[in-house]
Order: sequence, then C-alpha cells, then structure tokens
Amino acid sequence: MNALAIEHLDVWFADGADRVDAVKDASFSVEAGGSFGLVGESGSGKSTILKAITGLVPTWSGRIAVNGTDLGAKRDRQFYSTVQMVFQDPYASLHPRHSVDQMLTETLSLHRIPDANTRIPQLLADVGLGPSFRFRYPHQLSGGQRQRVAIARALASNPSILLLDEPTSALDVSVQAEILNLLNDLRSANNLTFLMVSHNLAVVSHMCSRVAVMQDGAIVEVMTVEDMRALNPSHDYTRHLLNAALGYRPEGAPPPT
Amino acid sequence: MTLLAVKNLTVAFPTRTGVFEAVRGVSFTVGKERLGIVGESGSGKSMTGRAILRLIRPPGRIIADGITLAGEDLLTMTERQMRKVRGQRISMVMQDPKFSLNPVMTIGEQMTEAYALHDHQGNANARARATEMLERVLIRDPERVMRAYPHELSGGMGQRVMIAMMLIPNPEILIADEPTSALDVSVQTQVLQIMDRLVHEQGMGLIFISHDLNLVASFCDRVLIMYAGRIVETLRADALHDAEHPYTKGLLNSLPRLDAPAERLEVLTRDPAWHAAPSVEGNG
Repeated sequence: MNALAIEHLDVWFADGADRVDAVKDASFSVEAGGSFGLVGESGSGKSTILKAITGLVPTWSGRIAVNGTDLGAKRDRQFYSTVQMVFQDPYASLHPRHSVDQMLTETLSLHRIPDANTRIPQLLADVGLGPSFRFRYPHQLSGGQRQRVAIARALASNPSILLLDEPTSALDVSVQAEILNLLNDLRSANNLTFLMVSHNLAVVSHMCSRVAVMQDGAIVEVMTVEDMRALNPSHDYTRHLLNAALGYRPEGAPPPT
Repeated sequence: MTLLAVKNLTVAFPTRTGVFEAVRGVSFTVGKERLGIVGESGSGKSMTGRAILRLIRPPGRIIADGITLAGEDLLTMTERQMRKVRGQRISMVMQDPKFSLNPVMTIGEQMTEAYALHDHQGNANARARATEMLERVLIRDPERVMRAYPHELSGGMGQRVMIAMMLIPNPEILIADEPTSALDVSVQTQVLQIMDRLVHEQGMGLIFISHDLNLVASFCDRVLIMYAGRIVETLRADALHDAEHPYTKGLLNSLPRLDAPAERLEVLTRDPAWHAAPSVEGNG
C-alpha cells in the first residue's frame, strides 16, 4: 500500500492578479517504507508540496492521501501523530528559550503521550544524544545536535511518515554525514517512510530510491536513483541539473559525457 | 604577481575563560587567481576574510606581521583610509543576503547608493549601471528587482543582487564568503562564470571561502584547507582529490556521491594532534 499518494495536486498563493501557482498538477506516490526525493531549484514548489501535506497551506486542490485515507481541509491529531516534519534550519526551528526537555514535554503532551519522564531520555538516545542534553537550551547545542533534537521531536509521536525539508543543508559536510546515517538507521529501525526535499542531488541519491524532478511547480520527470546515477535522464531540465551537480565548468566547456 | 599578502595573521577574542584565537598564525598570498579557502564552520575561514578588511569588532583583535595590498599595509591605515579600501579596492560578498541587504531600502536605492559613493556620476547613470550589473548576474527582470524590497526577493535573487552590488566598483580583490551556498545549482554555475570572467579579464584576485569541497576543486586554482584556525594543507585545486592530510581526506569521504553509491557515509573522526600542528604556508 502507498503510504502517501498525491494526485493532480495544485497549490496556489493569493488570488486574482497576484495569484501564484506554486504547484501544478503534481502526482506521485510513495510506498510504505519507501524513500522518495523531490529535487528542483528554489521556487520550483518542492517545499510547498510538503507544506500542503502538513496543512500549512490551506489553498490546494487535488488528492492527498495518507495510508489510503484522503485528507480534507483540516488535519486531526491522528494525522499529526502519523506524519511529522523536520525542517531545514535547526537554528530557526527550535524555540530559543525552551530547553530540550520543555520542547519534548510539550510535544508529548500535545500528542497525549503519557510518561514524558521516561520517554524523553529514550527519544534522545534514539537520535544519539546522551541524557545530559535534556536540560540544555538550543544555544548550548551545535548545529548537528540541534538537528538531532528536531528529529527527536518529530519522532516523539511514533510517526510512520517523515517529511524532510532539506534536513542537512544548514550543516557541515561531516555533520551532514552523521545526520544522514542517523536518518537511514531510524528508517530501517522503525520502518519509516521518507519524503525528502533537497536541492543536493548527491544527498537525494544517497537517501532515496525514486526521485521527482520539479521545475516551475510541475514535476517534469520521476526517475529511479539508478537512472540518476547513470546520468540517464529523459528530460532536458534534469540533464541540466545533473551537469551542474557534477561541479563547475568554465564557459563554453563541453558537458561531461 | 602577488596582489595581497597576509603574514602570520591571528584573530583573537577575549572570553570569560581566556583568549580565544579564531585564527592562529595564518600566512598566504593571493595573486590574479581564484584562491579557495575551505573548512568547516568554526575553522576560521570567514574570520580570515573579515580580518583582511579589518572588520573584526573590538574586543576582538587582529594581530599580524602584515596584511599588504599592492605593497600598502592595511594594518597601519587609518579608519578613513580603510573606508576607501573597503568596497572600492577589496569587495566582500557575505554569506546571507538576508543580513547584508538593508530591509527598508529598495534594491535600486541600495545599489545606486553604493555606486554614487564610488563614482560621483549622477543618478541616472548609476541606475543604468546598476541595471546592467543585475543583468550580468542573470536577473531576468532587473527593472522590477530595482523597485523591490529585499523581503520580496528569494534567497538566490538576494545573493545575486549582493554580487552585482559588489562588482560595481571593479575591485582588485573580491572576498566571496560562501557566495553561492544559497543559490540553485544552475544559477551557481552562472555566478561562478561571472566571477571567473572577472579574474581572467580584469585580473581580479578572488578569495573564495566555501565549505563545498567539490565546488572548490572544480572552480578554484589553489586551495587552502583550514582547521581550528590554522591552514592544515595547501593544494592545487585539481589535485584536491589526492589530498594527504587526514582531515581533508575525511571531509572528502564524508560527502555522498552521485557516481559512487555507499551504504553508509564515512564519519570524520578528529585527531587532537591536528589542532596542535603548526600552520602551513599558503603562498602561491
């Protein structure tokens, strides 16, 4: 069964002359336990799809189904315990004046999960942080540690689907490696489904098995990672992205073959 | 030819627990080339860039045997003389356009302000030049962007505006601190090509500060690798993948690769000896 199914999704902002169609007729599905990547440049609508799924954008039409259930205008608690999101910038997504303990306690109480006192150290251990991190504030954590806390918060409700919006683009490469390893470990340990947005094709190819390439709000191509690694795109725009991802080429230099 | 020479540069900040040295005795030269400075956050690469322009605020201190631009020592200049160097002879593009653009001025006002300061040639001329520079950084609708406020632009657009603004006075040295990390790959290529052309056609020296090893390897001529405030290795950019220092190797191995799938990514383990090792000279 598909954990996530998106059909003919349109998302727009504002109305009348200012209307911006951020996502146009996007369709894809992610099987349970799968890992699907959305790549594209800024403004291509990849993050907007995540926002539409989580209910952060009310103006959408089409079909979004989670575990076979169609979503309406509102999201209930059940939805949020199934689907959780990790944001791009752990410097912005953690409350600067809440300790790790406060953050996780609040999340657990929102999901009506009892016994925070035993659950919190367990959550921290799951993301590779010791119990000593429990009473720290975000400014006492490094970028990688913050992202681990954000992942722990997303895992608090035992979700089955994680939406990852550029989870490592604000981190150093050595820390990125740690976080990507952690995410992969968590996925296999908890049988999670990932929908990951990234502009970094190498990161997506490491994390996902299928990838949708977006341009100007539309999905131009859905390809397997094998095709991507073999530099075997069917759409010109994908070829262009792949060439750019292989490093800098001076003007007029032939593309790598 | 050496445009800029930095000798034994240290940047120190007093803290409650003693003096913290963000940069510890770094020496290098920049010619008409693309010099990459690579390292992780906290390695001192951005501080090195800022120290060249003397942009370290007290109580932070810059200590060096010399920072010389075409024979003139920047360290002995007065603040007034330094203002003539900043922007006109050495430009800097910072990491995040959100913090480097004035949120309450339109892009046009900001760009022409910089130009008017440097060239004294009237407003219409400044506007024309600003529009031209925006076109050169591949902004499709420069007239609209000139009227826009920074919050109305995307991150990539904002960064291109910053680069356009910094290139207006034709600087001798451009210090670019992660100039393309907020940009899309295709725009990134175009922006790099613009900087490339400036190095080749106008003999500009470029200091390219970045954490992106692959990008630096393909774009720069020479690379300094910084760790904990020191240069641990200096290499020709095309030989970056033959690096010998375990830190450089560790960084390269921790990157996921499109052409080489890996089950798990390698995680860098840091050796305390790297911290104590003396800085390597980075002269070209």
